[in-house]
Amino acid sequence: MFQILHGVNVDWMRRRHLAFLFSGACVLISIISLIAHGGPRYGVDFTGGALVEILVTPPVHADAVRAAVDRAGYRGSEIQELSRPGQFLIRTEIKSGQNPAPAIVQEVAAEHPGSHVERLRYESVGPRVGGELRGAAIKAIFFALGFILIYVGIRYDWRYSLGAVAALFHDVFITVGALSLMNKEITLTVVAALLTIAGYSINDTIVVFDRIRERSRTLRREPPANVMNIAINETLSRTIITSFTVFLTVMALYTLGGEVIHDFAFAMLVGVVFGTYSSVYVASGLALEVQLWLERAGQGRGKK
Amino acid sequence: MTRSDQWKLYLTVVFVLASLWTLWPTFQFYSLPAKERQVVLQARPSQATTEAERLQLEKYAKLREKAIKLGLDLQGGMYLLLEVDTSKLGAAEAKNAVDQAMQIIRNRVDQFGVAEPSIQRQGDNRILIQLPGLLDQERAKALIGQTALLEFKLVKTEEESKALYDRIDGYFARKLRGGAPPDSAAPDSVQHPFTSKLLASSHAEAVVLNENIPIVDAMIGRLKADSTFSVDAQLAWDSHDTDVSGRTARGLYVVGKDALMKGSEVASAQMRLDLDATRPGAPGVSFNLTSRGGALFGDITGANVGRRLAIVLDGKIQSAPNIQEKIPRGQGSITGTFTEEEAQNLAIVLRSGALPAPVNVIEERTIGPSMGQDSIDKGIHAGAVGALLVVFFMVVYYRVSGVVAVVALILNILGLLACMAGFHATLTLPGIAGIVLTIGMAVDTNVLIFERIREELRNKRTVLAAIETGYARAYRTIIDAHVTTLLSSFALMWFGTGPIRGFAITLSIGLIINLITAVGISKMIFDAWSVRRKLSSISI
Repeated sequence: MFQILHGVNVDWMRRRHLAFLFSGACVLISIISLIAHGGPRYGVDFTGGALVEILVTPPVHADAVRAAVDRAGYRGSEIQELSRPGQFLIRTEIKSGQNPAPAIVQEVAAEHPGSHVERLRYESVGPRVGGELRGAAIKAIFFALGFILIYVGIRYDWRYSLGAVAALFHDVFITVGALSLMNKEITLTVVAALLTIAGYSINDTIVVFDRIRERSRTLRREPPANVMNIAINETLSRTIITSFTVFLTVMALYTLGGEVIHDFAFAMLVGVVFGTYSSVYVASGLALEVQLWLERAGQGRGKK
Repeated sequence: MTRSDQWKLYLTVVFVLASLWTLWPTFQFYSLPAKERQVVLQARPSQATTEAERLQLEKYAKLREKAIKLGLDLQGGMYLLLEVDTSKLGAAEAKNAVDQAMQIIRNRVDQFGVAEPSIQRQGDNRILIQLPGLLDQERAKALIGQTALLEFKLVKTEEESKALYDRIDGYFARKLRGGAPPDSAAPDSVQHPFTSKLLASSHAEAVVLNENIPIVDAMIGRLKADSTFSVDAQLAWDSHDTDVSGRTARGLYVVGKDALMKGSEVASAQMRLDLDATRPGAPGVSFNLTSRGGALFGDITGANVGRRLAIVLDGKIQSAPNIQEKIPRGQGSITGTFTEEEAQNLAIVLRSGALPAPVNVIEERTIGPSMGQDSIDKGIHAGAVGALLVVFFMVVYYRVSGVVAVVALILNILGLLACMAGFHATLTLPGIAGIVLTIGMAVDTNVLIFERIREELRNKRTVLAAIETGYARAYRTIIDAHVTTLLSSFALMWFGTGPIRGFAITLSIGLIINLITAVGISKMIFDAWSVRRKLSSISI
């Protein structure tokens, strides 16, 4: 048997306050970044606007593209050079219902008569549709969280369900914060990544909780913190192996998957790391806090 | 083997065979060379000329239908969300308008020649159009979005037109003066605010210089908005520019308010290059009317010999020929400064009819085919590397049991893809994300089981007992984890839009199959393996 992490005996719960501090700091950094950037940076999917992606062969300089875009009448557009030379992503607005792509392509081509300009991608979303897409995404996430809360509440205990949802929220929020720190956009694809993270996070948490529940039946006399430590230690090798395999897959997507999937993979990387950590600390730690608080409240009442 | 084990084995074999059978067309399709795949994509049996060709094309169409389709984000193409502007229609009309518009757009797209277009209704007044593959995006958009309301209207006589212009001038002059009396010494622009902006070649057909067009347009707009200004005529722009001593200008016509005949009477229309004798080779559209339209047209032309008849398309004058004599056969033509492509488009839209209301593009996504190909190549490459790493790790870490897990994982993906092919689902980028999560959950399921079995072995249980309790204990956790994830993905399916739903559907199918493969089938393999060999140790 080839094993890592056999027979670990770490007192996780003793250091939970340190973890709370760490989580709090991460959440705080996320909030600060979000405030500094004026909220999450939504892509055209959610704000409305247009996105033109072109490939110029032979490649030209970004300034030349900017000049051409200005001349096409779209001053103030954002121009981003992508990893492939000559590939540019232009974020712009839609003026009087006109598709900006042909004018931009034409101007870039006019600027460089020897170059071939290929239109790779064009997306335009009306402002109203953007708002609707945002509304639908938020509603979907809200209901997904609600269902999880209810199921975990029925299946386990509401103490657990609070911890599970807090961990879930923690992971997704910190990922959004990391996206904001890296100045990456929230697009529909990134929302899919956030959902995937939510899926992993809840899966991880359930596995730990399940073991805690099982152990609290067999180890009735142990204090809850010990039961949790035992459960976490027993599931630790599984937690790490699973996270590791997921990490491998996502790392492959991140490094090899190409630019369309890049932001998705980035969000997943952050989410997987925090998801693993949070199922140990945030979910169980909070569940323990709630339990201890209840016990104290119970003893207080008993004395009176 | 016990009886129930045998049954499980049979079911597994059926599952695998059925999956392979469902996926066979997909495999066939994607292993074709790119060029041939294009032929299959474009195959339309209705266009066959011979029986043999028809059979071949039908085979292609069937293959295309049964293969897993790639979403626009992966294969390139165009996604359009249209909103039908029903604000000017009554409630009953509005209800039909969207259905009509869909039918008409479908006809237009069919004639445009796109393989596998998808046209769906969304909500009350929206139409979602997806056109996969290579196409001329601007042309497709123009073709779909054009209202194509063809009307025949009489051009007003000189006297009628002059009377109208006098009234309009009077209307604006009064507004300019406020309450003051008319001043005959005032400049022309004050006495004749409207007509001073026109270069009148005649009253019925004036010309407006390019720089004045916005002002004139704004004035026309104000007249239309003022319900106290009632007229039985309409001012309509020419559809193309003219040249007035080197300056660009545009014609402005006074035409009747009501159409004498509409485009619904057009039976057929073709692009022609020989319609305008003065400009040979200039593209135009000739059309034939229905028999009812033909009779009506005969009456109209007969009653108005000597007058001009304007051919109005979407509110713009295409041409306004003189009626020389009664035209008894229902034939006519539209000329103007068309390019060949525009004329072709016009012929298509005239054949398929006018949209009952204007449509606006409110969301558009076009992915170039090279971009799509790039995404697929990289996605497959990355996915393969990721999967190989996982397989490698599992086999190294869990040995023979790892191989069992990998077999279960392969069966899971096989089943998932087969379901997608069976349901005619489309594989998109978020769908791939769903598959990634499925793989993760599938691996996790096996890790959970194996770790549990290892624990039981450490507690000095026998191999058989360890497998039994390991599965039984892990099973509960697995069910809980799957149910929670399934619940949230159901929420996403109900409330999410396009890409989010795609993600949720793939994930849900993957998870349900995972319960069969990672739990059922892997257990069966373990049972067969351990029972038959009466193992005293296990490679895990």
